[in-house]
Amino acid sequence: MSGPRPATETVVLTAEQLSRTITRIAHEILEKNPDADNLAVVGIHTRGAYLAARIHGLLSQISGREYESGDIDISFYRDDVAVRGEVGVIPSVTPQPVVKDTHLPFDIDGATVVVVDDVLYTGRTIRAAIDALFDYGRPAAVQLAVLVDRGHRELPIRPDYVGKNLPTAPQERISVRLLEHDGVDEVVLVRKER
Amino acid sequence: MPRRNLISIEDLTRGDVELLLDTAESFLPVLERDIKKVPTLRGRTIINVFWEASPRTSASFDLAAKRLSADTLVFRGSALGDPHGEALKDVAITLDAYSPDIVILRHPSAGACRVLAANTRASVINAGDGGHQDPTQCLLDLFALRQSLGRDLDGRRVFIIGDILHSRVARSGIMGFKMLGMDVTLVAPPTLLPRGIEEMGVDVRHDLSELGDADVVYLLRVESDLTEPGAAYLPSLREYARVWGISSARLRPGQRLMHPGPLNRGVEISADAADGENLIASQVFSGLAVRMAILYRTVIGYSDGTATREAL
Repeated sequence: MSGPRPATETVVLTAEQLSRTITRIAHEILEKNPDADNLAVVGIHTRGAYLAARIHGLLSQISGREYESGDIDISFYRDDVAVRGEVGVIPSVTPQPVVKDTHLPFDIDGATVVVVDDVLYTGRTIRAAIDALFDYGRPAAVQLAVLVDRGHRELPIRPDYVGKNLPTAPQERISVRLLEHDGVDEVVLVRKER
Repeated sequence: MPRRNLISIEDLTRGDVELLLDTAESFLPVLERDIKKVPTLRGRTIINVFWEASPRTSASFDLAAKRLSADTLVFRGSALGDPHGEALKDVAITLDAYSPDIVILRHPSAGACRVLAANTRASVINAGDGGHQDPTQCLLDLFALRQSLGRDLDGRRVFIIGDILHSRVARSGIMGFKMLGMDVTLVAPPTLLPRGIEEMGVDVRHDLSELGDADVVYLLRVESDLTEPGAAYLPSLREYARVWGISSARLRPGQRLMHPGPLNRGVEISADAADGENLIASQVFSGLAVRMAILYRTVIGYSDGTATREAL
């Protein structure tokens, strides 16, 4: 990033902390699944997919074994499509301009799937991701890894692996920036300007 | 959000068209997996009103809606009443009582969709209205071409051959092809070309002597009633086939052959060309993905503003 950081932003994870956090998550995944033969890491577009790719690389690096990986787009499974008259009114839930491809190049049936996303908030994205997964097959188990859990759940969804718990106010925003997509590794808390 | 209709290709910007084609592409993996269905439009009601028989188009729309988990109804045929009377308005009022989200209309009169749109709260999608427009056919043709030639259609040359005069497919096709930067040449006997069609920015030919220049050869159906006594459009179908009909021998390798169907084998297209390498089956398949994209975008919106999943 160029220029001074806006006063509304606070860094909550630096590049180094982010890297250590992801490594820790990878270790936890291996501890929890010591003999999982068909462990798969599946990221939710956009940033969850980059995180999943990093975690997938770390898992192989740490254990010396090969694991499956994939990514999913949940646009067609969102629950706000059907909210008449509201789509496009709430700026933060306007539809993604282009739906990205889903890649699950392995057999979902019987796999232990670790779903990866950047920020866990209401839980609705995860609900959609689980629905999408089940249209491809019947996993043996689904686990959830998130970089940041910011609270305010609206569904009974609990992560198995959390990078950082970060209680937030609803008007605050968590911005996860990743090298692959944003040119920088960091997590910042953004306060809304009055 | 304002209601969005798709009545003419002119209702769309180039950005909208590209968004629809990209959206259609993202439905392809859904159509290839075991469960060929997504819950996107669950609880939505989509009504097909087919005043003209068109089992293929009606099936394509119906399946597209079902793949998106919408509930569908099909009204078809003469049971609906005289298409030229007050019936359209009455049908619109009846259908509106079911609170449909989308009504898809195929009708013999140009402009019928505008009448329907004025009498329903649903979004209206034109599945062909008289000699006016057939925008979903145009979009699926563009999609099939992108799948075959690559995303960039700029500068590609398409020859549209056949009954341009009576063809809504030609009318929306010309607009859509040109919107994506293609060069359009029309080939037809003078009797089957509308006067002043050059004003749409197309080249006009009366024979196939320059067919070799085409990247895409797009055939239109030639109906037998064009040769009826008194119609005087064509001396005979055999004469049409001899001068304008496309056989494999008239095509050069690499030219993409397209036809919206149904085919008149032996008239505008020879049996060997119909059974040879062409994009005709791909057009039908494209129709499903493109119509899913149209239904999806009609409900969710075409907004291309930067979006974030943050709130989910």
